Amino acid sequence: MLGIVLAALGLQAAILQQDAIRRILAINVLGVGVFLVFIATAYQGADAPPDAVPHALVLTGIVVAVAATALALALQRRMESSDVDADDE
Amino acid sequence: MNEAMALAIALPLLGGLVAVVCPRRGHFIGNLTLLLNAAAAVWLLSLVMQHGAASQLLGGWQAGLAISLHADALSSSLLLLTALVGLAISVYATRYFHSSQDATRFWPLWLLLVAALNGLFLSADLFNLYVTLELLGLSAVALTALGGKRESIKAALRYLMVGLLGSMGYLAGVAILYTAFGTLDMQQIGARINVNPASEVALVLMTAGLLLKTALFPLHFWLPAAHSNAPAPVSAALSALVVKAGFYLVLRLWTEVFPEAISPQGAVLIGALGCAAILWGSWQALQAERLKLLAAYSTVAQLGYLFIGLALLVSVEEGVTRDILFGAVVLMALTHGFAKSSLFLAIGVVQQHAGHDRIDQLDGTAQRLPATTFAIALAGVALIGLPPSGAFLGKWHLFSTSMEIGQWLLVAVMGIGSLLAAAYVFRVLGHAFGNAAFASRPVNVAAEEWPALALGLIATLLLGLGGAWIWQFLEVVA
Repeated sequence: MLGIVLAALGLQAAILQQDAIRRILAINVLGVGVFLVFIATAYQGADAPPDAVPHALVLTGIVVAVAATALALALQRRMESSDVDADDE
Repeated sequence: MNEAMALAIALPLLGGLVAVVCPRRGHFIGNLTLLLNAAAAVWLLSLVMQHGAASQLLGGWQAGLAISLHADALSSSLLLLTALVGLAISVYATRYFHSSQDATRFWPLWLLLVAALNGLFLSADLFNLYVTLELLGLSAVALTALGGKRESIKAALRYLMVGLLGSMGYLAGVAILYTAFGTLDMQQIGARINVNPASEVALVLMTAGLLLKTALFPLHFWLPAAHSNAPAPVSAALSALVVKAGFYLVLRLWTEVFPEAISPQGAVLIGALGCAAILWGSWQALQAERLKLLAAYSTVAQLGYLFIGLALLVSVEEGVTRDILFGAVVLMALTHGFAKSSLFLAIGVVQQHAGHDRIDQLDGTAQRLPATTFAIALAGVALIGLPPSGAFLGKWHLFSTSMEIGQWLLVAVMGIGSLLAAAYVFRVLGHAFGNAAFASRPVNVAAEEWPALALGLIATLLLGLGGAWIWQFLEVVA
């Protein structure tokens, strides 16, 4: 439930925010929301052990999300440094 | 069979790693890898032709846990498209990045992109598809940013964010499907699927996410900037191959996983968006001032045809008509792949020799670069859909099916789209053949020009005259 709310918040912010850093963060929030929903699906009742497959998948997803965030931040830094260069000229 | 599938993924991945370790030999490693990859793709295709579709579970795990690969007619023909276009792009890129620092960064990323594409076409379960989709997206974004200009970085950043949004939508859909059906295997889900809220929500989420990545109108807003600001070999790969990956997934999902859950309204919506894409994309291409922008908008329009084909596919009853239509859609996707990569590579040659790609200053290009101008014309023939190109056959069947089921609006839109395509192609050629103020000697740079020419020839002659082969192939395997 919380996951769905987070995902919705993230989606809304990712579309509405103008600032690139905020957008990157918003997409991360969206991702966490989706991961939470996925983890919640592992629940199989109070007695049964949770299903392990969603955990493995979410772990992979987190790795991918970290890589993507790093790339986005690197690109953003390149843009900002080229802004500075343009001001110097 | 198993070796061929594993090779197709392992080869480019390995090549990419080696290219990181020895950056100076990048050109050699890249070309060698793509050559071997093309051999693997041909091998796989011939195996599929002989023995039919096949699946494989990696690492000795049982079904459900193992990474499963699946090769059939659709995936092996797209694999061959990737291999051939990839080979041509590599040969061209060797010249393009000849004396540039970017070469050391280009080859690892490019080989990773090919590995991701091969993996995507061969994956049989939804989560691996997500992983390959992300790999593809990340390497494509990094390649877009290679130019280092402010515009290309900006376009790359936007491309990345859109791609991430798309993948998150897709992943959310996968989560819902797993909860509802307890498996990630496409065939198993396809067998168990029924119409309930869960499968419908998953269908909408996954389709929306993938359409964002495939840039179907009105979700195409990121495409022109990203495709037109990347270096020429990268633009060719993005327009010809990367958007096809998204389309391939939608096609798979709609025809194999979700056919039960798709309502007629859904098909109408996709068809309508396809129509809008054709009209809007062609119109923008006609207005474009730069060649690369024209080619990028033309991709938006051409994707429209593919989605109209998809809409027709799900609204036609199973039978001969549907099989023919399926072949037509595959043929159009292949033709567009070859034609668009040929166009982008040719534009790259023009840009490097003229120093710009403004359409109204192209006068005399035909005299200076005759072979390249010929390549542009060949690609143009395929984009308009004139005979003898593969797109002609494809469009012919789209037309006849639309008439059979009485969708006259589709017929009209596709007709107008073809006329607009003719207009934008001839606008370029008209300028290229214009009288130059000074007659300079014709330039002939074989290594730069033949990749574009070869791709154009495949799109226009080979796929057009040998197009019937596609249907036989799909029929034999099915």
